[in-house]
Amino acid sequence: MQPDGSADWLDLLNTPLDVSAATAFVTSPRAGAIDLFLGITRAEISPAGSELLALDYQAYESMALRQLAGLASQARARWPIQKLVILHRIGRVPLGDPSVLIAVSTPHRAHAFQACQSIIDELKKQATIWKQEVWADGSATWVHEQKT
Amino acid sequence: MTITIHLFAILRDKAGTARATIELSKGTRIIEANQKLVEMYPAIHPYLAKSAFAVNEQYVSPDTELKDGDQLALIPPVSGG
Repeated sequence: MQPDGSADWLDLLNTPLDVSAATAFVTSPRAGAIDLFLGITRAEISPAGSELLALDYQAYESMALRQLAGLASQARARWPIQKLVILHRIGRVPLGDPSVLIAVSTPHRAHAFQACQSIIDELKKQATIWKQEVWADGSATWVHEQKT
Repeated sequence: MTITIHLFAILRDKAGTARATIELSKGTRIIEANQKLVEMYPAIHPYLAKSAFAVNEQYVSPDTELKDGDQLALIPPVSGG
């Protein structure tokens, strides 16, 4: 659900991410720049030679939502952000679909680029979200499943 | 005191549960709680060394003392994005 007023749009969704809605949300007469980042489910081949079918995302949702709010407020403290969207898929995401969307609007483009990059980098480092690779041979592996 | 444990990703699969409740004596630290969890779910042992911890939805050090009612999350390396 998009928030009303000046609040940021931060959510975890089990439905496709709506790029048009996010772009419209961050559009503002005071913002001369919008930077939009989409992280896309990319084709891969497993070590066993199987093709990737999809990614399954799991999250510690309450903590991840709190983290998204933290990322938003840290970014707002550093850059003159007008409007901000951070959305992440949970559940199954087919190949070629976006799994994460960041949209930032600022008066000038340099700040929009910087804020968008910082938010996605920090999200990937911190946010309590995990992806499992689902392969055509029926196997599934958590990313970073290594034992030691 | 009663602590609720939240498990995710590989830890959830290996333990066969998303959530557990354990009884610990007052002042138990996370690293000590982990020993009890490994007794309950031996299959998670190889994956705990790389895991981080959160109490009540904030990352904390493994030396943190737990309090009654705490929500302890075992967080294997995250891979969002």
